[in-house]
Amino acid sequence: MFKKITALCLVVLMAAACLGLAACTDMNSGAAKMTDSPLPEVELTKDFEVPADFKIGFILLHDEASTYDLNFINAVKKVQAALGLTDDQIVYKKGIPESNACYEAACDLVDAGCDIVFADSFGHESYLLKAAEEYPEVQFCHATGTMAHTAGLANFHNAFASIYEGRYLAGVAAGLKLNEMIADGKITAEQAKMGYVGAFTFAEVISGYTSFYLGAKSVCPSVTMEVQFTGSWYDEVKEKEAATALINNGCVLISQHADSMGAPSVCEEKQVPNVSYNGSTHEACPTTFIVSSRIDWSPYYLYIIKSYCQGTPIAADWCGGAEEGSVVLTGINETAAAQGTLAKLQEVAGKLKSGEIKVFDTNTFTVKGEKLTSYVADVDTDAAYTPDTEVIKDGYFHESEFRAAPYFDIQIDGITLLNTNFG
Amino acid sequence: MKTHDKSAREPLLRIVKRESMPIWKSMLIRVIAVLAGILICALLSVLVLDNVDFLKFIKTLFSGAFGTERNIWKLGKNAAVLLCISLAVTPAFRMKFWNIGAEGQTLIGALASVAVAYYLGGKLPTPVLLALMLLASVLAGAIWGGIPAIFKAKWKTNETLFTLMMNYVATGIVAYCLAIWCPSNGSVLPRLAYGHLPVIIHEYFLLIAVTLILTAVVFVYLYYTKQGYEISVVGESENTARYVGISVGKVVFRTMLVSGAICGLAGFLIVGALDHSITTTSVGGMGFTAIMVSWLAKFNPLVMMGTSLFVTFLQQGAAEIGSAVDPSFPNIIVGIVLFFIIGCEFFIGYKIKFREKARKGGSAS
Repeated sequence: MFKKITALCLVVLMAAACLGLAACTDMNSGAAKMTDSPLPEVELTKDFEVPADFKIGFILLHDEASTYDLNFINAVKKVQAALGLTDDQIVYKKGIPESNACYEAACDLVDAGCDIVFADSFGHESYLLKAAEEYPEVQFCHATGTMAHTAGLANFHNAFASIYEGRYLAGVAAGLKLNEMIADGKITAEQAKMGYVGAFTFAEVISGYTSFYLGAKSVCPSVTMEVQFTGSWYDEVKEKEAATALINNGCVLISQHADSMGAPSVCEEKQVPNVSYNGSTHEACPTTFIVSSRIDWSPYYLYIIKSYCQGTPIAADWCGGAEEGSVVLTGINETAAAQGTLAKLQEVAGKLKSGEIKVFDTNTFTVKGEKLTSYVADVDTDAAYTPDTEVIKDGYFHESEFRAAPYFDIQIDGITLLNTNFG
Repeated sequence: MKTHDKSAREPLLRIVKRESMPIWKSMLIRVIAVLAGILICALLSVLVLDNVDFLKFIKTLFSGAFGTERNIWKLGKNAAVLLCISLAVTPAFRMKFWNIGAEGQTLIGALASVAVAYYLGGKLPTPVLLALMLLASVLAGAIWGGIPAIFKAKWKTNETLFTLMMNYVATGIVAYCLAIWCPSNGSVLPRLAYGHLPVIIHEYFLLIAVTLILTAVVFVYLYYTKQGYEISVVGESENTARYVGISVGKVVFRTMLVSGAICGLAGFLIVGALDHSITTTSVGGMGFTAIMVSWLAKFNPLVMMGTSLFVTFLQQGAAEIGSAVDPSFPNIIVGIVLFFIIGCEFFIGYKIKFREKARKGGSAS
């Protein structure tokens, strides 16, 4: 009897598996159309010689499973292909915590003969700095950090990108979608409320969601936004919960600044449009994915490798923009996006590049009902986080100009924070 | 329905405790188990990873641990931190108080050091600052270990659950402090400029030396003092302890203070000699690995020097082999080898008996 039951169970299981597979294939064959990117990746050109003994090392907080680190790894692969580097010329240290272990990993990479050492996480910085002091002949480059422009070391460098421009463009796509929903009578203009799942309540995330919101507002003036923080860069369950809470709260479009598939997958399940980050989530969310912005690190990699090989100094603080190809967008999913999104985004991208549009134009937002005329931001790192630099000039907030890493940390009107989470 | 005779109702397999086994035999079994574990790891690596064959696996395992002078120092340092925490859990374990809160006790100790360095750094001479950091860490660790002991002694709470939960409370407190100290910074506290332990001979030398001295102290404490003996008696039988006039509650509390204090010291060493900062994951699971190290050494501090070195050797060697592919690779390797060791301990302590009837029908017993 027992055997029979087991056999029956197996048959049922296998049948279910087959059906499941079939269903998957069906979904793939019905994949939606993707347009060209309004802000595509740039081609990397090799116009210099790389010595055969050149080596570069990469310190990563996690591995490919995190979309954040995956974005860095993909950029490495891109620059590797463009420069024809062998696998032996690239050394990875994955899963390196933000502790003395980062210093050890950097020293290991120096021992392995690396000419450049790159670390990808904010908390790596002070440990990488320690290694930089010890090995002046090796170049140390750090993504998202803040210390290099005041550290005074010739071999220690920070880099970031003006990703707020990418977020702004993604926001325009969101605003167009809201307009379409209003025009179709699905929502009223007052119901145009977006939800945003953020990781932590600090400048990088605040700058990101504010630029996203301003992008949407530039085409849909009635838009409001609610932000829910998870307190983690990668927590699928919390991101799902946050997205669900926002949708239940009446948000009709969701975006996120956190690294898991949590928010996009909830959106697909509940059929709520989603503007993604750090890469396309189109495959998993074919009917709700609109567009995604991300930083492409390969232009920076090309820049540091070229500088090293040509013997020119690397900038202490480097900020890449749309021009350099550091800020890119995916194609637009025509199934989910509003009509004419591509053309509008191309137009706005052009205006951003020419400087005609400033993302943080002080005429486009208010703080506590008033226009902002002055703001002193904490640009130079010190232990007490003292504000030190006036960043509003010529009618706009100069984000990422005095230092690549974001410092826009103002709460503007129209955005409601449902909670805060500093860690 | 058939009628079952008695022997048929007896299970096919039975587990029977072994009388005893000569030491050479049990050691041989352990060595074979370790080798078998490493062999399985090698097979797995060859199958899963590109460009790894059996010889390269063995070679890289050793070069990762001993290949360069830096690797040797790193091995010594990592083993020392692990040993220090293992020493901390040992007194409690010898009295069968299952303290799995070393992670939190160490973390709270580290937090105390960081707090002292954060608020008083630059205002006091370094030796005074270091002394205060040490004191704060040891106290914080002792308090964190003492709280579950009080509850255990007074209200018979389950110490395993209690100490485990205290880990999460410690993590939460660290996150809270970081949010206060660096709100605009994503809760990342950069390396502090103050409260660095002096560098003697090598960056890691002092840490290793302190741990070795501590090992001797803990050994003497456990084997040659009255308190150490009381711990053993309580561990053997609480009733016996009561009968001979030992206050069990007092011994439990005192021992947990000692355990917590040593964890606090480990936290101080992590901050003062290595990180000069703190994150919620500063202890990185060593509080749990330490339980394994202590148990493998049968709670003997001197043997623990070997077991902590062995576990660290595996971790570091495996990291060299596979962490460029996947950071969890070292954990897989250590897990497999430990699985074999724990498995062999079972077979050293017990044997499996087959059903009598099967034996009669089968070949010689």
